[in-house]
Amino acid sequence: MHIIQKIGLGIFVIALALFTLSLGMGKYQLSADSIDISKEYHKKEILEKAKANGLLDKRYESNFTFISDLKKTLKDAQQSLEEKAKNGIPEGVYEWDFRMGNTKDYMFGVVKSASVGPIAQNPMRWFMLTFGLGILGGLLYILPKFISLPGIKNNGIYHNSLTRGLQFNIRSIFLGLTIAGTIIYGIFYMNHNLLWPAITTAMVGLISWLVFFRQGSKENNPQRSASPDITGWLGVLTGVYLIGFYILLYWMPEYITSWVLMVNPLSLSLSGNGASQWFLYGTLYTIIVLVMGIRMMSKYRHNMYQVVRTCSVMFFQTAIAFLLPEILVRLNQPYYDFKNIWPLNYSFFFDYNLDTLTSSGSLGLFMLVWGLALMIIGVPLFTYFFGKRWYCSWVCGCGGLAETMGDPYRQLSDKSLRAWKYERYIIHGVLLFAVVMTLMVLYTYFTGNYQVLIFNSDSVRTWYGFLIGSAFAGVVGTGFYPLMGNRTWCRFGCPLAGYIGLVQRFKSRFRITTNGNQCISCGNCSTYCEMGIDVRAYAQKGQDIVRSSCVGCGVCSAVCPRGVLRLENSSIDVDTRTDALRALHIKDGEVTLMQ
Amino acid sequence: MHIAIIGNGISGITAARFIRKLSDHKITVISAETDYFFSRTAIMYAYMGHMRKEDLKPYEDWFWKKNRIDLKRGFVSKIDSQNKSLIFKDNSNMTYDKLIIACGSTPNKFGWPGQDLDRVQGMYSMQDLDGMEEASKDLKHAVIVGGGLIGIEMAEMFHSRHIPTTFLVREKLYWNMVLPEAESKMVSRHIIESGINLQLETELKEIIDDGTGKACAAITNKGERIDCQFVGLTAGVHPNIGFIKESAPEIEVGRGILVNEQLETSVKDIYAIGDCAQLRNPNEGRRPIEAVWYTGKMMGETVAYTVCGQPQNYNPSIWFNSAKFVDIEYQVYGTVLAKAPEDHVSIYWEHPEGRKSIRIVYDKNTSEILGFNLMGVRYRHEVCEKWLKEKASVETVLQNLGIANFDPEFYKEYEEEVVKIYNKQTGKNLQLKQKRSLTAALKFLRNAVGV
Ligand SMILES: Cc1cc2nc3c(=O)[nH]c(=O)nc-3n(C[C@H](O)[C@H](O)[C@H](O)COP(=O)(O)OP(=O)(O)OC[C@H]3O[C@@H](n4cnc5c(N)ncnc54)[C@H](O)[C@@H]3O)c2cc1C
Ligand code: SF4
Ligand code: SF4
Repeated sequence: MHIIQKIGLGIFVIALALFTLSLGMGKYQLSADSIDISKEYHKKEILEKAKANGLLDKRYESNFTFISDLKKTLKDAQQSLEEKAKNGIPEGVYEWDFRMGNTKDYMFGVVKSASVGPIAQNPMRWFMLTFGLGILGGLLYILPKFISLPGIKNNGIYHNSLTRGLQFNIRSIFLGLTIAGTIIYGIFYMNHNLLWPAITTAMVGLISWLVFFRQGSKENNPQRSASPDITGWLGVLTGVYLIGFYILLYWMPEYITSWVLMVNPLSLSLSGNGASQWFLYGTLYTIIVLVMGIRMMSKYRHNMYQVVRTCSVMFFQTAIAFLLPEILVRLNQPYYDFKNIWPLNYSFFFDYNLDTLTSSGSLGLFMLVWGLALMIIGVPLFTYFFGKRWYCSWVCGCGGLAETMGDPYRQLSDKSLRAWKYERYIIHGVLLFAVVMTLMVLYTYFTGNYQVLIFNSDSVRTWYGFLIGSAFAGVVGTGFYPLMGNRTWCRFGCPLAGYIGLVQRFKSRFRITTNGNQCISCGNCSTYCEMGIDVRAYAQKGQDIVRSSCVGCGVCSAVCPRGVLRLENSSIDVDTRTDALRALHIKDGEVTLMQ
Repeated sequence: MHIAIIGNGISGITAARFIRKLSDHKITVISAETDYFFSRTAIMYAYMGHMRKEDLKPYEDWFWKKNRIDLKRGFVSKIDSQNKSLIFKDNSNMTYDKLIIACGSTPNKFGWPGQDLDRVQGMYSMQDLDGMEEASKDLKHAVIVGGGLIGIEMAEMFHSRHIPTTFLVREKLYWNMVLPEAESKMVSRHIIESGINLQLETELKEIIDDGTGKACAAITNKGERIDCQFVGLTAGVHPNIGFIKESAPEIEVGRGILVNEQLETSVKDIYAIGDCAQLRNPNEGRRPIEAVWYTGKMMGETVAYTVCGQPQNYNPSIWFNSAKFVDIEYQVYGTVLAKAPEDHVSIYWEHPEGRKSIRIVYDKNTSEILGFNLMGVRYRHEVCEKWLKEKASVETVLQNLGIANFDPEFYKEYEEEVVKIYNKQTGKNLQLKQKRSLTAALKFLRNAVGV
């Protein structure tokens, strides 16, 4: 390792440590004038109870005690308002302005506004110490890579504890715990409404049964998916860290106010509003895509396809997903990510979104039409011309993160037939769920009726957001990078990928061509296919590759040492793309290249 | 019928797979090396940490049972062709109705003093890979002998782990008995710029014992002593037929097991394929032993038809091959000779950075296209093959050269430069008419089969 790289790594580790430790550095003091709650009755009640509980103006040194005291205060305030509501709500006041629905809604905001520690006092300094140093360290580590000779740089990936992956059993334990944990937490999340957790459990059981017993995968033990002796502890640790991050982000943002405070000045300068946890997430996300995008380019700089594609995801994340929506907000327009498409953007048809777009003048209407047009015309059209890749590995934010931060983990995707069977049930299951959920929500939107058969459309949509939007896309989607590869979400979960994939499989000019009989079955392509496609299985028999899951990242083609694979488009054989067997085979009494 | 196959390499396995496709015969594949078929061509990637050993297996382990291909681990020490029986090292035996021998190659050793010491080995088998892994633990310096394709892979392997490596090559330039001089120079240059100590025109004279039976130094023919803890012997391979010569003299052998067009040996119901087979009458321009992956694959398929009662002649069509020299990919189609005869004319373009080149060879008298040699550029196998089969004229090829280009999208195309060089050489004014395009390539290929 280059000395500069060592320094960079050191700086990065310091930045990461500071970032992590900063969570414990918050000091809190709730004061009457700092509390940021717009609903008058709620604010008054909370302040009263805070005073009664001795919370007001008391200085707390630890977030745990502050948050637990605050929880009690909020509960008290809620109960007291409930009591008062029994005696009647004051004239002219809406019920939801008086009664406090969910105390959780106030946690984050109150904790953030009550922060008085070093980070609250000097957020810019802390931003530089964590984000700034992290970027510096990362770049110092990455930039020297540009000096080495261009070419495939996969040396030592399976010797590295960070990237070598897990033993099969440990991976299974992680998966099992995650599924169980999600469902159990889901019961609380749904306020003890057992219907949806129960349906989900049944679906997990059903899919496993289908894969294992109906499709005979029980005896097809997937030895290749993870090996008995490989366990990268650094990878496990990274996975746990990421999973922890997402749990805090989605469900306990009150514990990460220190981080949010650091990006507050940036948020103020962009949108004019204070930062939320989502702004923090967007900032982190964009920085990571940019820095790791530079790394991707250093690694594949001999490959123009990779360079152009990486620039593209960096651009879309920074300009379209991160900056533009903030600027729109600054201009008093709806927050809108122009490249996010239903059903990945599952809240597109939610009442609040439709209301916002329809009430925001011509720009709002344009956004509505744009979103619909992308979904109905854009997706099939672009996919017909270029394949799934136009979105998944050129535009999409999830894809962008997977292709940059996730690149070191792409080899960890499971290539077994069993995994493919799971994939087909799960991803199409999620797509179906998204469609059904959206139809119910729209039914409610147009009829005002919340009850659809035995289901309540509001709880369907809450559960979808929890299970698919947060747990699957976030916790598993990114948290599992070092455990199951960088496209776990894209491969198994993303409903949009499911939709685009169907178009790619059945009507597209795109395919990966196999170059005659040149394949030596080495397996580099399969190993580095982030979607877990066993590319070699096709290449070695001389068949072109047309798979709904292929995101066209082009890495199989890049790592192939014999120049066997090429991503390409042609309209003259759209329906017969997979017919050609290009390897040398016996034909009419001689060995020839079959066309 | 029971078909036994000795060797679970690419040839034996391809034979087994196609026999299963064509018939219901009982199939047993025997190997002393590993339980399952793996890709021999990829063992370097397991060492370099690009892949796990598991990833070298092209099929999942359940595949064999599902396709009723029995796998047996064991070393065949004797073939009793009279009783149609195989005798294993542990004295057990197995009868067969038809036998396919696909026992591969074994590394050459040229009687160097010390060649049988510990930490001196070739790189062919899984055991060799384990040996290298073991030796690498306290390896300070490695010496590799023999400038072929396996030698450079071994050099790249050690290099990937930052182990200083001296690469001894007998020739004036790396692999110049196969590559034309310009390409040979390019690769030699690249080996050096990659940080591998390439010593040209240098041969091994002796390997020194450190007193415990391990190698501790190599002495070259120039008298230099290179201290090292590992010596890799990669001076080619030869058919692995020792056990056949000893136990079954009725099977005629030359350097390899002699076979006719249908891959039959001199003994009825015994066939030989892959690296170990030597063709009695190879096609014109082809060698009797071609120890490469593709020929093994094609022979495996051919023999499957023959043993299943649809006899086929082995006809490997146009020669092609590929390799990778550290970071430079190499592909060849047709005839490109290191020392070209006078009537073979080359059009040679090389990128200024010196890591890419295109060479097109044609016949001076007839203008027929003869071959393509690509470094760092990918060309389409089928397109080149079709031109070569049709004996297309060099000018047709040049004008349409874009359809042969197989580089990834956004890669710069160099076909125009090639045409320019031809114009310069001949004083003509040819224009490139077709750029890289799948549609154009498909149209070209389909015309051939009348679609
Ligand atoms: C490191 C390396 C890299 C290579 N790279 C390339 C490349 O890039 N391109 C290319 O075209 N070619 C390459 N080759 C050559 C190619 O791998 C061989 O041509 C091919 O593997 C030969 O296959 P085979 O089936 O004939 O024999 P093998 O693969 O050698 O299989 C023979 C098997 O039979 C077993 N066997 C032998 N005798 C007995 C016995 N008596 N009892 C039981 N089992 C026995 C052996 O243990 C072995 O497992 C490479 C070779 C090596 C070693
Ligand atoms: S098949 Fe190739 S292009 Fe498609 S996802 Fe896999 S590695 Fe990427
Ligand atoms: S297509 Fe390329 S990378 Fe894949 S197995 Fe074949 S030679 Fe290896």
